[in-house]
Amino acid sequence: MFDSKELSRREFIKVTTGIIGGVIGLALGLPSISYLIDPALREGGKDAWIPIGKLEDMQVGKPYQFSFTRVQVNGWERTANSFGGYALRKSEEPNDLLILNSRCTHLACTVNWREDASAYLCPCHDAKFSLEGEVLDGPPPRPLDRFAEHRLTEDGTIEIFFKGA
Amino acid sequence: MWKRTYAWLDERLGLNELYRNLLDRPEPKGSWWNTLGSASLFLFVLQGVTGIFLTVYYTPSPDHAYDSVQYIMEGVAFGWLIRGIHHWGATLMVIVVFVHLLRVFVTASFKYPRELTWLIGIGLFLATLGMGFTGYLLPWNQRAYWATTVGTQIAGTVPFIGDFILKTLRGGPDLSALTLQRFFSAHIWIIPAVLAGMIGIHLYLIIKHGESHWPKKED
Repeated sequence: MFDSKELSRREFIKVTTGIIGGVIGLALGLPSISYLIDPALREGGKDAWIPIGKLEDMQVGKPYQFSFTRVQVNGWERTANSFGGYALRKSEEPNDLLILNSRCTHLACTVNWREDASAYLCPCHDAKFSLEGEVLDGPPPRPLDRFAEHRLTEDGTIEIFFKGA
Repeated sequence: MWKRTYAWLDERLGLNELYRNLLDRPEPKGSWWNTLGSASLFLFVLQGVTGIFLTVYYTPSPDHAYDSVQYIMEGVAFGWLIRGIHHWGATLMVIVVFVHLLRVFVTASFKYPRELTWLIGIGLFLATLGMGFTGYLLPWNQRAYWATTVGTQIAGTVPFIGDFILKTLRGGPDLSALTLQRFFSAHIWIIPAVLAGMIGIHLYLIIKHGESHWPKKED
């Protein structure tokens, strides 16, 4: 078409319109696709190391209570979720820790350590868990969940690994 | 290969005929002023497309409307672009439609046999203003809230039926969640449906009668 000496006015308008239209279409179309799929490209809840307390504050054989809050952001909504648990030093060994999630495995009420009963008691349906989190009594289907990964930082703080949703 | 595919399609869809009648129809000597109707149509389509995209994130509820607009502007990739086009496109559309109306008036193109094209055009202009009025409330910020408060109050000053009109517009005596919801409904369903229908008739009439020629001294 461009080889012929006479590119008619009509052809020129057609080609120019096509090119300009295509450029504008691309300039708007690609951002539009990005706009639509944006939520899929975002990272969800982030994994994080959460400090739960100083090792020196935790006595051997006695559950140490801790709690923390994670904020989940969905669009313009922020939801704060509270988590809690008990860290139990089984020996003087710094890494010999059992860290339990205080969420009852029955219906997710928060269990409390009761010194007099030597057990974790759930206020909702009288569930009872041992020092190690095993079910002693009540409806829970399985032992208390554990925070499996933990580490000791240089300044003596225990941190647990929290998996983002 | 492409030619045979096209011939097959053309035989069944009548593409060439469509092209001849819609895009290649005879015109009087052109002027840039004669392109404003096409510009209005383009803006209508652009507003439609960007508007549909905005509904992906926008939430018409007093609890979420403002935050969802902020999220579109700052949180979503290219949200500022989509909303920016919709925002400025709205202003531009009111201007272009109005100048189109002025041009038709000045060139006396509303005369026989195009009276209905003109009347429907007036309807299209009013519907465009309606889109502007209802869309203005949706960001649910102070300006939107008070503009609608005042705008509906003005409608409420009509003798005898003013109170009825005000309550109909607001969905009650006060500006509330009902107002936001019905403005949203009017903005994305009711007025666009009316607009699309009227545009259809408007275009049919233009194609049927052709464009009027530019008036000469003797006219």
